[in-house]
Amino acid sequence: MSSANRQPKDFGFGEEETMLRDSARRLLSDAAGVETLRRTVAPDHTAAYESETQPAPWDEALWRKMVGLGWTAVAATEDAGGAAMKMVAVAALAEEAGRAALPSPLIATLLATRVLGKAAGAGAIAAAERIVAGTATSLAITDKRGSWEPGDTSVAARATDYGYELDGSAYFVQDARKAGQFIVSARVKGDVGGGGISDGAGGLGLFRVDATQPGLEIIPDQIVDLTRDQAHLELGGVEVAADCVIAAPGEGEQVLAAATADMLTIVAADMCGAAEWQLQTTVEYARVRTQFDRPLGFFQAVKHPLVNMMIDIDRARSLVYNAACACDSEPEQAERYARMAKAAASDAAAFCSSRSVQLHGGIGFTWECDVHLWFKRQLHNQVYLGDAAYQRAKLADLIDRD
Amino acid sequence: MESRPSCTVDHIQNLQHLQHLQHLRSLAPIQALWPIGFVALGRFGHSTFIAGRPPRPSTARRVLQIMTKKKDTAEQAEFRRYATAWLAENAPGPPPHRIPEISIEVVEEELKDYLVDWQSQCYDAGMVGADYPSEYGGGGHDGFQAVANQEMGRARTPYMINVVGLNMAAPTILQHGTEEQKRRYIKPILSAEEIWCQGFSEPNAGSDLASLTASAVRDGDTWTINGHKVWTSLAHFAKWMIMMCRTDTQVKHAGITYFLVPIADTPGVTVRPLIKITGQSGFNEVLFDDVVVDDAARLDEVGKGWDVAMTTLLHERGAAESAGGGGNHRLEERVHALIALAKRTPRGAGTAWDDAAIRDRIVQLVIRAEGIKQNGRRARVEALCDDPMRLPLQMKVLISELMQDLSALGVEIAGAHSTLYVGDPNAPDEAEWPLSFMNSFGMTIAAGTSEVQRNILGERILGLAKSK
Repeated sequence: MSSANRQPKDFGFGEEETMLRDSARRLLSDAAGVETLRRTVAPDHTAAYESETQPAPWDEALWRKMVGLGWTAVAATEDAGGAAMKMVAVAALAEEAGRAALPSPLIATLLATRVLGKAAGAGAIAAAERIVAGTATSLAITDKRGSWEPGDTSVAARATDYGYELDGSAYFVQDARKAGQFIVSARVKGDVGGGGISDGAGGLGLFRVDATQPGLEIIPDQIVDLTRDQAHLELGGVEVAADCVIAAPGEGEQVLAAATADMLTIVAADMCGAAEWQLQTTVEYARVRTQFDRPLGFFQAVKHPLVNMMIDIDRARSLVYNAACACDSEPEQAERYARMAKAAASDAAAFCSSRSVQLHGGIGFTWECDVHLWFKRQLHNQVYLGDAAYQRAKLADLIDRD
Repeated sequence: MESRPSCTVDHIQNLQHLQHLQHLRSLAPIQALWPIGFVALGRFGHSTFIAGRPPRPSTARRVLQIMTKKKDTAEQAEFRRYATAWLAENAPGPPPHRIPEISIEVVEEELKDYLVDWQSQCYDAGMVGADYPSEYGGGGHDGFQAVANQEMGRARTPYMINVVGLNMAAPTILQHGTEEQKRRYIKPILSAEEIWCQGFSEPNAGSDLASLTASAVRDGDTWTINGHKVWTSLAHFAKWMIMMCRTDTQVKHAGITYFLVPIADTPGVTVRPLIKITGQSGFNEVLFDDVVVDDAARLDEVGKGWDVAMTTLLHERGAAESAGGGGNHRLEERVHALIALAKRTPRGAGTAWDDAAIRDRIVQLVIRAEGIKQNGRRARVEALCDDPMRLPLQMKVLISELMQDLSALGVEIAGAHSTLYVGDPNAPDEAEWPLSFMNSFGMTIAAGTSEVQRNILGERILGLAKSK
């Protein structure tokens, strides 16, 4: 609610950010339009949902192009060779990815990059350098229950002579089959040495694990959303060298907490872009489709929900840029604003999804109507990192501390 | 905040006009004024769509640029120092009655006098009318009013009582009046010597305002007025009314003429309080029975009344914007009050705030309030707005509906005690919750109902077919 007013009035969204956003919009509308998307991820329903292993289709050439344009450098710090652009730029990029319902590890990689930017371990810069060079990266920080609390993990780390050994499972890992490396959160069991913790509840650390590393198995989930893949990772004696430690045990939780606002903001921005696509597509339909001799949009029972979609989107979008700007210039308020943004975006996504199908009528309920692709992406993002009610409960806790 | 209806842009003819808009916007921190005329903002959209005038983005952009001019010039900075010091020195003592949320709700004579005195002092100090030409009683400055308004808002001094005069009549007269009219009317508006009210809406002309039937019939140099105006805030104190009359029954919009009508002690004029849903009076109905006025009471040409009214409504709308901008303070205060209510209201073993379901609904409103604030901010960043009118046009609906939902939740949280009304010593917050809930419908109905607003948004921004 209250702001220290340390944020720039224009969210710090200037020429550079506008150029990035516009070039992203251009590239994605040229190279990742609706036709391409449909051909890529939903050529037919059997391939999508009835294959033995759900396919994880994406355009790797487009990824390389994006890397060439520096999109994986945008969120990375300068010591990792990144462009260290503002979070408002990162949000704008995510918004475009959402608008295109882009099947790409871009969002997962942006989240991982922001986590690395908060970490001090030697491995953090090395991992970020790989990202800048084009290695898709994903966070493996969620436990079996699907908890979004940064301290929860079902991976254990054990200190060894060379570093650590990881055992356990990480769940709900985004775009795991596209990633070249993972950032795994694991809790150290037993003594970690000087000043370490000796009982079962040791400190949480973050570790870089290559996708091809021995002992790592990527087990794909069968999921609703066709614009990404998801998996759980089985780690059996995965060895992590000391130079692959991103956050030392005891520091991981704080690193994840520090990156929470960034992560929520990026996902919320994706949802805003997707919701805007849902709005525009449904509006277009309401303009051309006639029933009772009138375009659908003539009827207030159709017109008003479309306006309500717009209102919800705009609220979420304004809150997203406020949150992104807080990440840039008012970090102590960033979590509060990011939770607002994610809550608003989740609600907007839910409403826009439901109306985009409903207002399309019969065709909207079919596979041939593209709205289902965005509907499913939104459904996934609505719960990813915590749904609206979860964010609001967290926000209430923050208000309590006022 | 910057809610500007699209068509207003079409009516903006010169920079001076834009600057008025800027004043209005910055009156913000102190006023929330929608129900002043209870006139449908829908008319804006209406006229635009009927006339089929496309929006002019370049002009819209100019509005945005002017409205977002931020840094003080050297003169403004000096005036700001003066204003701050003057306000610190001259802030008025406690009012004789509790000051209602909006100035049009003032009913007590003593409170009116108190507020008139305050406006008059502010005028003498150069804090009101600062940018009006000095020949009409203004300060003759440029960009001072915005500064004065910001500082008054910051100092939390009382609002200006003569809202209809300041926000609607004066700018309209300045743009459309004869030299004589400008010299006669503007100064007493600024000084609050003469209070104004607005006569647009009628019992059968609400959302469809141009169907108004109050008639003015010409007889040589005089006009005879008959009709019935409703929702006229401040008419009980007003000396003058800005009024739309039908002078031609053959054509709709072009059959309307605009008048400046004396209503105090005028034979044939009856002002009656309208009792609101709350049981309180706040506005009036005004009946005209063969009221004779001179042709000098006519503003601009015969048949031009609708166009003139666009200027007025622009400013009513501007006033509504003000509520948006300043409303941020108020919205925040209301949200804090709601949280405070929840924290002290017992519920089950703890308080209402301990109830997760209640807390969730409060936080939803917290988020909506912040969303309004951030919409206002984003509206000023061109790169983050595909259509410059998309956010401004939402503002009225957002604020009025949030205020309503806030009050409704307050009622619910207050529980059994919410049944206690004004006058009951045990009513929480002096029955503010049920009172403001009922009053909130003034906001969602006045100046274009939420339904009309959604039509405008759907048609103007989304390009959907006109619902008629």
